[in-house]
Order: sequence, then C-alpha cells, then structure tokens
Amino acid sequence: MSSNSGPADRRALIAFAWLWVGVPLAYGLYELVRKATQLFTG
Amino acid sequence: MSPPVAPPGWSRWLVPPAALSVHLSIGQAYAWSVFKPPLESALGLSGTQSALPFQLGIVMLGLSAAFGGTLVERNGPRWAMTVALICFSSGFLLSALGAATEQYWLIVLGYGFVGGIGLGIGYISPVSTLIKWFPDRPGMATGIAIMGFGGGALIASPWSAQMLESFGSDSSGIAVAFLVHGLSYAVFMTLGVLLIRVPRADQGARGGVESAATAAGARSAPTDPQVSANQAIRTPQFWCLWVVLCMNVTAGIGILEKAAPMITDFFANTSTTVSASAAAGFVALLSAANMAGRIGWSSTSDLIGRKNIYRVYLGVGALMYGLIALAGDSSKPLFILCALVILSFYGGGFATIPAYLKDLFGTYQVGAIHGRLLTAWSTAGVLGPLIVNWIADRQEEAGKDGSSLYTLSLFIMIGLLAVGFVANELVRPVHPRHHLPVPAQKEKEVADVE
Repeated sequence: MSSNSGPADRRALIAFAWLWVGVPLAYGLYELVRKATQLFTG
Repeated sequence: MSPPVAPPGWSRWLVPPAALSVHLSIGQAYAWSVFKPPLESALGLSGTQSALPFQLGIVMLGLSAAFGGTLVERNGPRWAMTVALICFSSGFLLSALGAATEQYWLIVLGYGFVGGIGLGIGYISPVSTLIKWFPDRPGMATGIAIMGFGGGALIASPWSAQMLESFGSDSSGIAVAFLVHGLSYAVFMTLGVLLIRVPRADQGARGGVESAATAAGARSAPTDPQVSANQAIRTPQFWCLWVVLCMNVTAGIGILEKAAPMITDFFANTSTTVSASAAAGFVALLSAANMAGRIGWSSTSDLIGRKNIYRVYLGVGALMYGLIALAGDSSKPLFILCALVILSFYGGGFATIPAYLKDLFGTYQVGAIHGRLLTAWSTAGVLGPLIVNWIADRQEEAGKDGSSLYTLSLFIMIGLLAVGFVANELVRPVHPRHHLPVPAQKEKEVADVE
C-alpha cells in the first residue's frame, strides 16, 4: 500500500484521527489479552 | 444533506478512522450483557426481560439496514453517520431517563428501538464510501470498519463494568452510566461525521495525488457494470451470497454463543477439566480471533479473490468442525485451535461480504445492497444458537455428557457449511440485463460531484 503523501497539516489530522480511535481500541485489546491469559493460568 | 465531497489533497486515510469512530461505538451492542445483572436486581426483571433491549436492538439493526440502505446511498455517509449518532446516543439518554424513573419500557424503547436504528444505519454508513476510496483494496478497507464493530464490545465491556462499579448498580447508578455512555458516544462519533468525505469523480483515490485514470481509479472505471439495490435482489447472485453469509455466520455463532459451557462440557470427563475463569479466557480468545479474522482475511481477499476466500471460510471451516467432532475430548489444544480458526472465518465472512458485493454489483448502491444482505445475519443469529442449544438439551435428556453432547451439532454445522460452499460455487458474474444503462451510470457520477 502506498503511503499517504498529503500536505503536513493533513498528516497531523490523520495522526489525530487514528489516535482518537486507536487509543480506546488499544485499551479494549489490553483488557482482552488480560482476560484471555486466564485460559492458560485459570 | 448533500454528500460531503473531498477537497483537493484530502487523504483517503482519514476515511477509515471516520468509519471506525462509528463502528467502535455501535459495537457496544455486544457488551449489553454487562447491564443485565444490575438491571435485573434494580428493576426486578427476569433474564429474558433484561435481554429485550439487546434483542430489539439487533432486530432494528437488521430492519433499518435493509430498509434504510437506499436512503443512506441517496443522502450520503455524513447524513447516515449523523442519524446513527443521534439515534444511538439518544437511545442511551432515553434509557437513562427510564432507569432514573424505573420505567423499564423506556429502556426497551430507547436502547432497543431508537438505538437499534442507529446500529443499522451506522453499520452500513461508511461501507460504500470506503469502497469508493479504496477501489484497489476494498476488502482491507471494509475489514477495518467491520473489525471496529467487534472492537466496540471489547472497549465497552470493561468500560461499562467499571462505570457501574463507580456509580453503583442501583437504578440511579445505572441511569448515570447510561447518561455518560450517551454523551461519550455522541462526542466520539462526531469525529466520523466531521471527517467523512466522498471522493470527487476526478480525484485519485490515493490521497488525492493521482488521477482517476491511475491504478486505483482504473478499477472503478465508469463503464464497470453497476446494479441498483432493487435490481440486485432479483439476481441469483444476491441470494447465493445471502445463503453463503447465513451459513457462515450460523456456523460461527453456534460456537460463539455457547463457547464457555461448550469447552467446559467437552473436557468434563477428562483429567484436564476447564475452570470457569479458563472458560472466560477461551471466550476472550475467540473474540480476538473474530476481530483478527475481520481485518486479516478480508485483506487477504484483495489478493486471492473473494470467491476463493469464501471457499476457505466454508471448506476449511467444515474441516475444522470435522476435526473437533472426530478428536472429541482427546486434545484440548486441537479443540482451541480449530475453534479459533472457525471464529476467524466467522469474522472474515462478515468483513469480506461488502467487497464481494462490490465485485458483483459495482459501487453504485453497494451500501444499500449490503444492508439488505444483513437479513442473513438476523436469520443466522436465530438459527445458530437454536441448533446448538436445542440439540445439546436433547442429548442431555438422552443421558449423554461431555463432548458427545455436541457431536450432532458439529455435524449439522458441517452440513450447513457445505450448503454455503455450494452456494458460493454457484456465484457467477451478474447478467448484463441487470446492469444500469450506461447513461444512467454517467448521470449518477455527475450527481456524485455536484
């Protein structure tokens, strides 16, 4: 996939937008991994 | 509201986060179970009653996606995302009022009916726009969004539980939790409403730096066959895909819905029994496989083709079910591995279907066609659990236990997947008599940029 080559301000917006959705998703995944490890330790 | 057209230089990489902000929000629906025990104790409800808002929400999801799809195509993704935001958030606000006043019908009406419309419109809102921005990778693009629907429950489940712990599990605590959910999701989904843009007809799909005649644009050339939603449902291809999706989802949901008791029962008569917390870990691992399948397999379909990837989902899926049935309780790792593969195919099946529809019917009303196809999901949502639960109950009554409780269900799932496999084999390019006439296509493209 070719990388984006938009103007600098668009890159800041892209970073913000991905962080906006990425941070909550990372939290959800972290909680998921914590729970999933119970399969091997529980 | 006219569709928001991207200005020159707009990047297509702003579209997936816009879609994700909606799908990560509405995916909360699958975390409804967090509210069930507090509602039951605070309002004196039965388990069946406390499931009503979720069940009505899923019914409304199917209905609004099926019947609202054409409106979504006509008014564009920003209109659809705005409707989804208003319905989903006000559903929570009505539920907050219902909890505060202890009027349960308001929670059913708010979360189930009003919120459910938000689920359906929100689910299909970004599909057609993503495909238009990523004509070279439609599977990956829709995979990202539909992965978000799975991710929404992962976020909401611990978040809602934490909130109920902080505010309390009585009716006023639940009301505050609903209120915070409604306001937070409204803010979160606003990003999608503000960012979503449709590409200009003369704009390259790779960040606006290439012309429409280059690689990405060339695949969706104006002369590509386009089929309207009303015409699509008159084609055998639509109904073949309906059967494919329904069978694939039925097979996955059968395991997903009963995962914890299934793994516990399966190894109950062995030396390696499964504890309740280990079973919860197994369920979480299945959710991870479901999500990974959505983005992973859907992206793979861009490389190997849609028909081939469904051959894998349905053929290898049947093989995995066969392995579980034949191995019985002899190997726990094999059981877990097969279940993970099946769940990844379940997620992949959901995420790849919009790109399959685009291949067959073009981009013209792909969102609306997708909405109508989602009735297969509603059907599978009833079929899968019904088969597994009904058979397990009958087997138990017949005095069976352990893995043999599920053997018949597993073979039925193999049969369903075989039906789906045959339906996929029957899919052929759509006959030209169903295509839009070329002048109508051009008219539609002009309307897109106005």
